[in-house]
Amino acid sequence: MERTAASRLGADALRIDCEAEVEKISRWMVDVVGKALHRRGVIIALSGGVDSSVCGALAVRALGKSKVYGLLLPEHDSSRSSADLGAQVAQQLGIAYRLEHIGPTLEAIGCYRWRDEAMCAVFPDYALGWKSKIAIAGGAQGRMNFFKLVVQSPAGEVFEKRLPAREYLQIVSATNYKQRIRKTVEYFHADRLNYAVIGTPNRLEYDQGFFVKNGDGAADIKPIAHLYKTQVYALARHLGLPDAVCNAMPTTDTYSMSQGQDEFYFALPYQQMDIALWAHNHQVTAAELADALSIDEAQARFIYADIEAKRRTTQYLHARPMLVEPVHEAGAA
Amino acid sequence: MQVMQQDVKARVRAYIVDNFIMGGSADHLKDADSFMETHVVDSTGFLELVTFIEEAYGFAVDDDEMVPENLDSLDNIDAYVRRKLVAA
Repeated sequence: MERTAASRLGADALRIDCEAEVEKISRWMVDVVGKALHRRGVIIALSGGVDSSVCGALAVRALGKSKVYGLLLPEHDSSRSSADLGAQVAQQLGIAYRLEHIGPTLEAIGCYRWRDEAMCAVFPDYALGWKSKIAIAGGAQGRMNFFKLVVQSPAGEVFEKRLPAREYLQIVSATNYKQRIRKTVEYFHADRLNYAVIGTPNRLEYDQGFFVKNGDGAADIKPIAHLYKTQVYALARHLGLPDAVCNAMPTTDTYSMSQGQDEFYFALPYQQMDIALWAHNHQVTAAELADALSIDEAQARFIYADIEAKRRTTQYLHARPMLVEPVHEAGAA
Repeated sequence: MQVMQQDVKARVRAYIVDNFIMGGSADHLKDADSFMETHVVDSTGFLELVTFIEEAYGFAVDDDEMVPENLDSLDNIDAYVRRKLVAA
């Protein structure tokens, strides 16, 4: 009997056998860390979010707690709870960990100065004490994607304006320092301990290019890049991670105003985005997706087009350095 | 202000050739071709293109005008710019 669109795209589509998945990832991790990479353990930067927490727990299951080293790397705009929750996860996992506040490093390198200069070009009143974030717009409505700068004065007034290309690029490149400095610290400890670095993207982030090249995109292993966000939450519950992790909404934790990932980058909240991406990957029609998400067919088409547009735009993030001709002797995979 | 059709298309084409194709050949790019479908302009490229249009023609592109019908080919940009300049 043919399944209806609603059943094809219901909860079953993303359901996984959590224990089997944990076993599969654990065997793979043992294999690649030891045999392929020749490292003695792994570094995991814990943000307090579900992705890094699950990766840390998987590493402990695979390698044992003595071979996993945690890092908490907050900066001035991190939410207060992120380092606390990261520490809670590290303690529950029983791993050694270290907190390094990267705010002073980011100050010294000009991260906040470059960002604020671009924000002031858009909102001249923007100053110390104001909060800010960037929000995506357009793609889910069939328009070109563009970004709005949202600022909040100390008095609580909120203003928003579309970002011109120059200021958009400057703000993003300045805030990308955060992910790149974090990765620099991670690789210091990886080199010091002869460990591999874990990258924590889920499938949505990996597929849609939601990462910083040579920042959070840099890693030796990416254990959950094949899993939809819904599946990562299922693993978090299966692995017994704290409720605050299992129930946390995904945020960027990069801007001083609170900001969901869907607001910054994805067209929809993650539950719906997961279904849309799964549907697109399984040749489900826009009409069926519309039915499953209770949206109109035109919007479903826009979402499919947006998925494709983001894949094209972010190919560069996945690309290895381009060579004039291959150098096979160097053992490129 | 009267803007000749060829003028808008030629100016935008020259901008795209200079900035997105690095001076390479754009002979294959027809006036009606979608920039998105031909992969000539990506989403960051559209932001740059909008800034170029605003600076070159002296008007602001409204958020709700950021649609393929206005921006996703030389023909569409030409028609959009001429409409905006007439309305100004």
